[in-house]
Amino acid sequence: MSELHVPAQPKRTLGGWLLIAVPYVWLLIFFLAPFLIVFKISLSQVAVAIPPYVPTFDLAEGWNGIWDSVSEFSFENYVWLTEDDLYWKSYLSSVVIAAISTLLTLIIGYPIAYGMARSPQSMRPTLLMLVILPFWTSFLIRVYAWIGILKNEGLLNQLLLTLGIIDEPLVMMNTNIAVFIGIVYSYLPFLVLPLYASLERLDGSLLEAAEDLGCPPWKAFWKITLPLSLPGVIAGCFLVFIPAVGEFVIPDLLGGSNTLMIGKTLWVEFFNNRDWPVSSAVAVILLLILVIPIVLFQNQQQKMAEREG
Amino acid sequence: MTRGPTWFNITSLVAGFSFLYLPIVLLVIYSFNESRLVTVWGGFSTKWYASLLQNDQLLDAAWVTLRVAFVSATLATIIGTIAALVLVRSGRFVGRSLFSGMIFAPLVMPEVILGLSLLLLFVAMDYSRGFWTVMLAHTTFASCYVAVVVQSRLVGFDKSIEEAAEDLGCPPVKTFFLITLPIILPGVIAGWMLAFTLSLDDLVIASFTTGPGATTLPMKIYSQVRLGVTPEINAVCTILVALVTMGVIAASIATKRQQTQKERDERAAFGAEG
Repeated sequence: MSELHVPAQPKRTLGGWLLIAVPYVWLLIFFLAPFLIVFKISLSQVAVAIPPYVPTFDLAEGWNGIWDSVSEFSFENYVWLTEDDLYWKSYLSSVVIAAISTLLTLIIGYPIAYGMARSPQSMRPTLLMLVILPFWTSFLIRVYAWIGILKNEGLLNQLLLTLGIIDEPLVMMNTNIAVFIGIVYSYLPFLVLPLYASLERLDGSLLEAAEDLGCPPWKAFWKITLPLSLPGVIAGCFLVFIPAVGEFVIPDLLGGSNTLMIGKTLWVEFFNNRDWPVSSAVAVILLLILVIPIVLFQNQQQKMAEREG
Repeated sequence: MTRGPTWFNITSLVAGFSFLYLPIVLLVIYSFNESRLVTVWGGFSTKWYASLLQNDQLLDAAWVTLRVAFVSATLATIIGTIAALVLVRSGRFVGRSLFSGMIFAPLVMPEVILGLSLLLLFVAMDYSRGFWTVMLAHTTFASCYVAVVVQSRLVGFDKSIEEAAEDLGCPPVKTFFLITLPIILPGVIAGWMLAFTLSLDDLVIASFTTGPGATTLPMKIYSQVRLGVTPEINAVCTILVALVTMGVIAASIATKRQQTQKERDERAAFGAEG
């Protein structure tokens, strides 16, 4: 009898297929197809033309025309990326800056998420709201707000000078320190939210049991709280690390000329040098670097969803 | 976790929230600064707000941004809600993992890649760039956020109400509008608001996909910020922050009221039964 109630496959009508088709086709056109075009243009050469690359496909010439174009493809741009050390230095320093920032975000975010999970039930919605609210305010504005604080004659230096902690202004703007602060500040909610979710579910009686058995609080934290909150830590770190690698606004506004990040390099290559093929090649490599963490992240999310479901 | 907070917890919360809010508070305070020097306090003044009203370029950019945000958020909400329904309800179908991958990937994809790839698509289609291309680009990445928000609402959904309607002969489309939509409405509204603010904020994707005559507000702010910090920008930012904050707070109050109403109705219904 039971199989009557559990249809393995809902019967799909024409309307059902149409429902799938609308978002599917949209994403195929506006998400997947553009990547194929980026890949294609990364194999082209820059040219003084509109659009500024050759070859371009001309469908009017039929298959022969397309084949001619394909035979003109070359991996020259990729070779170029390995020859000029600007690019691999940018990739490397993006990954390093993103990793350091992620670690800093975790160190600052963990006590916040922990404090939220330990606060009285009635206060939690308000605290949650307070973490989410900055996420709704413009990213650009939040980065901009730091310029006035970190400048040489900025508010932080004024405060430190008045208090007599320093004798001359600290140089923070246009350094990597400013970039770290910018990334930590902008991405903090992304880490706190999943971490809070996993800490909130933690069973308090485990900690009580540990305490009753004479386990000191720091050891209970290390042996119980931290391992159980690990899914939240991992999800939060991915959510900070992946977008931070390709970040443009923060290194551009807060970082200096010495701050190399690949998002900025791509932007300069595209808007200042107008070299579309090379910027496409830069994007393809960046995507390849990010595919590993993105896939790991999705697997982890799926595992978590299955455990809950 | 049920145990009460310690001093360490309270200190870390206060420090953490100060870190999150102090920069924005300072930005708001200095938008009322009389002095042109942003970091020297010269007395209270609202003159920078008055000078905003004279700045036609900025007002134009604001108008373009609002229109793009409104149209793209609405379109993204429709597409994203359908996508969420497909993810939760459609079971297995060919290419399902590609579909869910395409929904989740834009959430973490660097904006420079999304912007570049969409621009190259519009160039390949020989589509003249401007208002519509920015709108299409924003719709695409915002619909993925809407899908995730609505999906979380659909997961905790009691399917038996829908099945009851369908058993009683209600056509699927009518069931959706009479039963499913009202229940997932808070998620749909939150999705629309998220899509709207994402579009309002976006600098990178808009910079890639825009064309002549469609400069958005973030692009305008960005080009001025590069020249230096000015009280006018502080004033623009303050207005934006105030609008978004009011919107979010109003929405959360409305959701809360709806929830209390629902609880009261349920209690009344059970009371009547007993």
